[in-house]
Parts: sequence; C-alpha cells; structure tokens
Amino acid sequence: MDYAATGEAALARIGAAQELDALEALRVEFLGKQGSISGLLKTLGGMSPEERQTVGPQIHALRESVTAALAERKEALESAVLDARLAAETVDLTLPAPAAPRGSIHPVSQVLDELAEIFADLGFAVATGPEIEDDWHNFTALNIPESHPARAMHDTFYFPDCDTAGRKMLLRTHTSPVQIRSMLQHGAPIRIIAPGRVYRSDSDATHTPMFHQVEGLVIDKGITLGHLKWTLETFLKAFFEREDIVLRLRPSYFPFTEPSVEVDVGFALVNGKRVLGGSGDEPGHGWMELLGSGMVNRKVIAAGGLDPDEWQGFAFGVGVDRLAMLKYGMDDLRAFFDGDARWLGHYGFSALDVPTLSVGVGARA
Amino acid sequence: MKFSLSWLKDHLDTTASAEEIAAKLNAIGLEVESVENPADKLAGFKVARVLTAERHPNADKLQVLSVDTGDGQPLQVVCGAPNARAGLVGVLGLPGAVVPAGGFELKKSAIRGVESNGMMCSTRELELGDDHDGIIELPADAPVGTAFADYHGADPVFDVAITPNRPDCMGVYGIARDLAAAGLGTLKPIAVQAVPGSFPCPLPIRTDDPEGCPAFYGRAIRGVKNGASPDWMQARLKSAGQRPISALVDITNYVMLAYGRPAHAYDLAKLTGAIFARRAVDGETVLALNGKEYTLDSAMTVIADEAGVHDIAGIMGGEHSGCSDETTDVLLEVAYFDPVRIGDTGRKLNLTSDARARFERGVDPAFLDAGLSILTELIVEICGGEPSEPVFAGEPPAGTKVVAYSPALAETLGGVAIPDDQQRATLRALGFASDARWNVIVPSWRPDVDGAADLVEEVVRIHGLDNIASTPLPRIDGVARPTATPAQALERKVRRAAAARGLNEAVTWSFLPEAEAEAFADGNGGLWVLANPISEDMKAMRPSLLPGLLSAAKRNLDRGATGLRLFELGRRYLRGEGGHSDERLTLGAVLAGEKTPRGWATGKAQGFDAFDAKAEALALLAEAGAPVENLQVMGEAGPQFHPGQSATLRLGPKTVLARFGMLHPALLKQFDVAGPVAAVELFLDAIPAKKAAGFARAAYAPPALQSVTRDFAFLVDAALPAGDLVRTVKGADKANIVAVRLFDDFRGQGVPEGQKSLAVEVTLQPGEKSFTDAEIKAIAERITAAAAKLGAVLRG
Repeated sequence: MDYAATGEAALARIGAAQELDALEALRVEFLGKQGSISGLLKTLGGMSPEERQTVGPQIHALRESVTAALAERKEALESAVLDARLAAETVDLTLPAPAAPRGSIHPVSQVLDELAEIFADLGFAVATGPEIEDDWHNFTALNIPESHPARAMHDTFYFPDCDTAGRKMLLRTHTSPVQIRSMLQHGAPIRIIAPGRVYRSDSDATHTPMFHQVEGLVIDKGITLGHLKWTLETFLKAFFEREDIVLRLRPSYFPFTEPSVEVDVGFALVNGKRVLGGSGDEPGHGWMELLGSGMVNRKVIAAGGLDPDEWQGFAFGVGVDRLAMLKYGMDDLRAFFDGDARWLGHYGFSALDVPTLSVGVGARA
Repeated sequence: MKFSLSWLKDHLDTTASAEEIAAKLNAIGLEVESVENPADKLAGFKVARVLTAERHPNADKLQVLSVDTGDGQPLQVVCGAPNARAGLVGVLGLPGAVVPAGGFELKKSAIRGVESNGMMCSTRELELGDDHDGIIELPADAPVGTAFADYHGADPVFDVAITPNRPDCMGVYGIARDLAAAGLGTLKPIAVQAVPGSFPCPLPIRTDDPEGCPAFYGRAIRGVKNGASPDWMQARLKSAGQRPISALVDITNYVMLAYGRPAHAYDLAKLTGAIFARRAVDGETVLALNGKEYTLDSAMTVIADEAGVHDIAGIMGGEHSGCSDETTDVLLEVAYFDPVRIGDTGRKLNLTSDARARFERGVDPAFLDAGLSILTELIVEICGGEPSEPVFAGEPPAGTKVVAYSPALAETLGGVAIPDDQQRATLRALGFASDARWNVIVPSWRPDVDGAADLVEEVVRIHGLDNIASTPLPRIDGVARPTATPAQALERKVRRAAAARGLNEAVTWSFLPEAEAEAFADGNGGLWVLANPISEDMKAMRPSLLPGLLSAAKRNLDRGATGLRLFELGRRYLRGEGGHSDERLTLGAVLAGEKTPRGWATGKAQGFDAFDAKAEALALLAEAGAPVENLQVMGEAGPQFHPGQSATLRLGPKTVLARFGMLHPALLKQFDVAGPVAAVELFLDAIPAKKAAGFARAAYAPPALQSVTRDFAFLVDAALPAGDLVRTVKGADKANIVAVRLFDDFRGQGVPEGQKSLAVEVTLQPGEKSFTDAEIKAIAERITAAAAKLGAVLRG
C-alpha cells in the first residue's frame, strides 16, 4: 500500500476543509474508532515482526502528519471565525463617552483653605465668631465708642433687635470682634486667623454689601511692629508664591490699633493687569493698598480681659475676595456671589486642588 | 483735604518738589490720594508772539500766522480766532502737545492746503477758563519762548485723606507742621496780631449750654463792604475744591481750611437782641444754608437770638442770618463745641459739613482767640470796617494732657530703636513738650494722643516705618502642628467631597428678600430682618441655604443653562439664646434641569429625581462621618418639598441630619423656576462629634468561608415602605444575615391590585462551618416569618 499517497490525499482534503464541522468529519473519517488510519494501525497486529519493522513507522508517520494537519487546520479555521466575529463587533470610538459632571470649589473657599494652610505653618489656628453681632463686640470693645466718627465709616447694617443685655444687634462690619471673643474665651498667648463674611452697606463695582475678610491676631509678650511686618511679608510671599513681594508700610488710623499701619504692596502692570511683585517705586510699577493693621490698642486688650501691661500684640485684616482676585485674576467682585455656573466652572478649583505646603498652596492655571 | 503747593508754602519754608512732598506725606501717614499738577497738562504749550497775520488763500475765516516761539525760526500756523493779529502774544501748542480740553494730540497738518505747525489756544482749550471767543492774549512783555506752564505759575494741588484722629491736619498749617517735623522744611509761625476794638460789642454774647458750647467768642465789625474776595484767596479756595461765594464767606472758609478753625459770620442787621448758644427746643426748625429745613430736638445745641435759631451749632449756619452782598455789619462767631454733641447731632440730622467734620473730631481749644484775631484782620483788610471789642463767653476745655512716656517703647512696641534725643526732637517739632523724666505734654491740637502708644506712633512714623526691621515670630520646635478644629476639618472634607461628586460650589448672599426667607422660615423663632437693608432684595438673613441656591439656579436657567448642580456650604441664621443669633453650618444643594442630556447611547434627556437628592445626601453625610448605616428615612421634610417625594434622614427619631427630595411646585412658582428641582439640605451641626480615635484601623479579618446569597420575592401592600421590609428582613437573623439588598419593585401583571412585589437579595455569612441545607432553610423560614409581620407573603 502506498502510505505516502494516502497521506497526501488526506492532507489535501484537510487543507480544503472550509468549516469546523467538515474538519471534524474528516477527523472521524481518518482517526475515529472506525477511521481509515485507525484501521491501518489495527493491521499492525497481524504483521510479522519484519513487516512491522518496515510498515509500522510509515503508518505511524501517516497518523502523525494527519493529526498535525487537523490541528493546524482547526486553529486556522477558529482564528478566521474569531476575526469575523471581532470585525462584526467594531464600534465607532469617536462617539462620545458618558459624561461625568465636573464639580468645583469656589475661589473664596479655596483661598481660605490656602490661608489656613499657610498660617498653620506659622502656628496660627483658625477662629470664628458670629456674623450677627452685638455693637459691643463690633464697636465698643474695639475702642469705637457710640459717638466715634469711625462708626460712621463703617456703613453698618442694623437689626431692630437688642440682645438681653440691651446691646444693639448688627451685621459685623469686620472680623475684628473675633479678636475680643478669642481673648475672652482663650486668654493669652494667642495666634489666630479669623476668616468669614462681613457686611457693609456699600455697593459698586469694587464693593459688595457682603464680602470676606480674614483677621489675624497675635497676643504675646514682647511682640512689636517688626513681628507684624515679618508676618505679613512671610504670609504674602507664601500666598503669592513669589519671593519679590515688597511691602510699604504707611502710618494710618484704626481705633483698635495703636500704632496703626496701612500696608501697600508693590505691583507691576502687565497687559493692563496688576501683578504683585517688586517695589512700587520701580518704573512701570505702583503701590496698592492691601490691608490694615497695627499694634493692638491697650483698650482692646483690656476689653478682651487681658492686662495690657503684660500682653501686647498685633492685628491685621485683609479682604479675602480681593486676595483671590489678585492671585487668580478675576476683576468683578459681584460675580463672586452670583452663582453663575459658567463663572464657577471657569474660576473654580478641582476638588483635588487641596492646598499643601509641599505642592505649593496655589493652584496654577 | 485739598490744597495747593503755594498754599502749603505759606506755612512751610521748603524747597522740596511736589513729588518729594507727596512721598513724605504718605510716609508720615497723611495719605496722598492724588497730586494734580496743572503743569503736566500744559506740557508742550509755549508763550509765542504773532509776527504776521495773512488771509488764508482758501478760507474766509482763517488766517495764516507767522509765529515767533523764541528760537528765531518763526512757525507757520493756521488760526481761526477773530482776535489773532500781528503783535499779539499768546499761547502756542506745538505738535505733540495734548490739548487739555479735548484730550487730542496736536499734529503738524495741512488746513485747507496750508501747512500748520501748531495751534494758538483759547482759555477754554487749556481749561483755564470759559472764554472761547478768541485766543489767549498775554501782556505784551510776556517772555516769548518760555513754557506756558512756567509763565502761568501752575500750582500743583494735593488731595490728602485725613484719618479721623487728626483734626489738626484738617488745616494746611497742621499739615505743614507734620512735614516740618519730618524734615521737609521749616514751619513758619502764625502771625497773629491782636486787633483792638474801638467800641463795645453792640450785642451780648453768651452761652446758655456750657456743656454743648463751653466757649463762644465773638465780636462785631461794622461798615464792611462785602463783594468778591481777592484773587489769591479765590485761587486758594478753588485749589481746595471750594466755590468762592463772597468775601465774608470766603474768609471764614479760608481760615477753616488754613488753620482747621471753623467760624461763622452773621449779618448783624438780621439778629435781634442777644446772641447765645442754647439747647434747641424739641420740634424747633431752622432753614439751613443748604436750603433745607431741619427739625431739631433738645439734645442739639444751636446758636440763637431772641427771635429764634440761626445756626445748627458747629454744623451749618442758617439761611436767614447769613451774609449777603448787602451786609454792612457782621458778627463773628468763634466757638468750641463738644465733639460728641456735634457728632450725635450731625448723625441724627444726616447732615455733613466741613465744620462738622472738624468739630466732631475736635478743634484746637486753644486757638479760639487767635482764630478770631486772624478772621478780624482779614475782614478789615479785605472788606474794611471797624471791629468792636471781642467778647469771650465761657471757656474752652483746657485740653492739657500729660503722658508718661518711655523712649524704650519705640523699640519694644514699635520695633525700631530710635535715639532718645531724636525722639525728643521729633516730639518737640510736633508740638509736644517733654521733661527730663519723659513726662510729655500733649499739644492742645492733638486730642487723639492720650497714651504712650500714641507717642510711639508719633516718633516711629516721623522716623519712618521703612526703618522697622522684619522680626520673625518665635516658632515652636519641629513641624507645624495641625490647627483645624473637628468642625473645620469636617467642613473642608464635605466641601471637597461635594465638588468631587460633580457639584459646583456657589457663594450666595446671606440676606434674601423677606418673602423668600419667610418661605423657608419654618417657625424657628422668627427671621433676622435688617432695619436698614441696602435693598428689599437683601433684607432678611437666610434661615436655609436653599432659597439662595434656588434663585441662583433660576438665574442660570434663565441664561440658558441646561443642567445645574449647585451647592453651598455656609451658615443659616436662626434665633439663639439671650437675643443672640444661632448660626449653624449647613450644606445646601439644588439639582435642576437635565441630569443627563439626550445621548446616542442613553436616548432622551433625563431629569433629576428625588433619588439623586438622596444619593447626594447619603454620600456627603458619609464623608462627614455620620453613621449612615443607622439613619432612618422619615417624613416631614418641610412644606417647601413635594409631600410625596421628600424625606428626612434621622439619627433616632428626633435628630434630623438632612432633608431631601423634590421641591414643592408651589415653591418653584414663587421663585419663578421652571421645575422640577431636586434639593438637599444637610444640617452639619447636627452630626454627632466622633470620638477621638487613633490612626490604626481595626484588624482585618476576612471570613474564612464564602458567603451565600438567596433571593426572596414578597407580595406586600403597595403602601409599605420598602425600607421597612429591608430592615425587617435584615433583623430576622442577625447572626447570619450580613446584607440585604432590594433589587426589584414590581407592580402589574401577576401582582394583585393594591400590592407590589419586592425582591431582596440576602447575603448569608457562614462562620466556622458551611451552612447545611437545613440551616439555610431555617434562616429562610425566619425571614419569611419576620416579613409576614409586615403582611408580606412570599411569592410562589
């Protein structure tokens, strides 16, 4: 028998099989229990050893080549089936993916977190107080008696109510009453910042009847204007992340501080916008008023229940919205309180922009 | 406070430039708001002589001039002024100069074909007057070729903001004194000459209100001639922003602005009998110089005669007795009024004036006599007349204060060491006398100084704040310690959690229109309503964060926004103890418009529903550390919510941590919002504080055996809350059931009318050994039995 010819014929038929079913039929025909090649193997038993010696390997080779051809053909046919299925499953990935809403943090909150982070490093805790205040905490205790002209400067919102001690209730005009509350509650020494909403009856492009302030207060022994200057420089350098911040201190007047100091910061005009940094006296630069500060008035320390011969310190107040505008480039304060989703999306911050000292407290554009 | 450089130089001998003076004023605490230098506006304008004037070849009304600008090269200029003629000396604007009136830059040009190299100017064009009939004609001897600014003697004007503690600097003299102390020149002494009177004052002067008006000095001058004040005085007043009125009025204004000493001149002919200070009678009225009538009360001091009130003391004179052009005899009033009284009266009447600004801050009580003499002298000099003897009624407060000072304070409070003798010299220059032991006598014009800290401010500001060295605050050892309180930490975390969930943080007004606040008041003791709101829209403090957010949502929707997720974290304002407020940390959120827009995969746009609100409430409460597993979903979200699609989340039956759901259509109508809107309010203050814990977590102990799930479907009454069934099933075998999840709520075919089918997936966790079939069967029976108590029947 011509085993080689049988093999070739079988391989040709296997190679020509187009379906997995047909291939399986060939496997049964050749290698199944009743298969032709299985039948040849059975003939080996009836052969003489010499005959088996020569014919045996040929039959085995035949079986192996057919087995291999079947496996190879099967893999090729399966692969073709898979390719066809995948081709049918093609999708257009230029179609949009499901959208997830993008939330945001308001710039005021972001800046308050930044301030908390910076001042925590300087050892300042964050204190709070009521926004609906009484006139003793807001004025009298801060050395602004009833008839003081400075009360008129504050454009105060009043309620018709008095507290049970007969004090007039009002919306706090500054965060300074927290100074008094902190001293009365915690005594000295004190290092706090007190951020929050404040209110003045004033409204134009740069003033809104509600805005945010942050108060700073240090009460300790041996505190001087020098410490105030360093603290403000250090804070502003950290906040704006610039080493070239230059401050100009000007004598001023606030009833609750003595001496009182108005603080200007140098800026450069870049494309019509104020960019802080450098001395305001340099060409193309200017000074802008940034905050009010001073050494806490003895009367205020006494109103806070502390002995002004023992304790002294400094205080400052700065507009938070203003800091946000200077750092992040908004130019209309009123938009802060409008809740316009487009504005919030544009100027807001990612939830993950958590201010840290190691990354830098600011979130870059 | 505005004044010109030349006025300052009346009192200060200085060679300093306007820039140097401005810088020094800022440095010593007199904040310069602006320096207006007319010379800046006149740059490029020169004194020039017209040599020849010819008719313009192409225009009837124009002339072609040849103009000498002093450099020997006459310029050709086309001019339309009727008075332009040969020989005229005028003002020529050269190309490049900017005309003050129009703000346009002059250019070399051709006018009707003839070259013109500049413009001859009128007074109006240079903003020096109103004349525009022709070009300026200067005297023939005006120096041709000089800059017109130099010739004109342009005088820079300073505008200085005076802080309320410095009434002494509400006069030019006081500012000069500060500058002299700061080394910018020498203060010229005030030349006061006592002017003797030649006859007794014709009417009695007295003060019947020594509290409100401790001193009233005065005298008459008869035979004066009122009219325009002299040019020099008018120029001074104009520089201060005052309109000249008449010599007598201008003189009193001038003395006020120069020395900070307000005074008043009455027309003597209009006074009846004695003139005196007294308390007003309740309801008494006076027509003030501003043309308005004021109703007075008995807490106010007035100057009156026997006929009635003539002057709201220290604030504003009366229309009736003021000086006019016909005035021939005047009575001068130089008085001292109690600052507190003036402030109270001014506030009550809502009347401000230059006099009030000075009196309420405190004028120099030692300058009455001198002020009267200066006034008298000026009136006699300018208006003629004959003064009477002065009358001095009452006595101003002594105003002498002595402050115990220590020069070491400059360093220990001011942060800069200043030599003792320098401090003493500074104080002396400011008018403070001091003895060897540093007892410092405060000058009468400095009511603001009453303690050592004030003197530190004086010496440090004159020394220069720039000289204070920055001194680091002492720092505690090591890395900065955490400072946030638990409430602050919670607030920050919840805020970022909300943003991470796709909500946009807004900051809205604390005050609302009263009706909108009222809609959320819920009877919590009454709203806080402002007595003097800036507008009706900002009147009542918010009792909830939702109304502000809802209005913000409306504005966004009106602007075309399709889907909105806004939140705010802030306070709501309630009534508290003792008449104080109770301000509570709250998170509000509104979900409005489309939750998902129409999409290729999702089909039609979908709106928000109450479950979106619930999801936010639970997720944010979880971030806030609330035990969300233990919360009960209960009703009573409030009348602002849809009664069938809202709920509260409570810890126990009373502590409400949140409310959520769809807002009530009636509320949306009130806010004019096209609904529906889902809303959440979290009462963060109600979340119980967590016990302080360490950092280590409980040990991780996963169960050894795999859990088993079994599904149960129950037929229940359609009104039964699914949550009740879940809770009941979960409680059926606490040892083995670890989770129950509701996955189907079906009504319709196969389910009887009035019932629903609820399907739950129960997770069973074996302990040491796997469950046997019998055990699972027993658990299933317990579940079925428990559910049966709710009327639930296992579906077959």
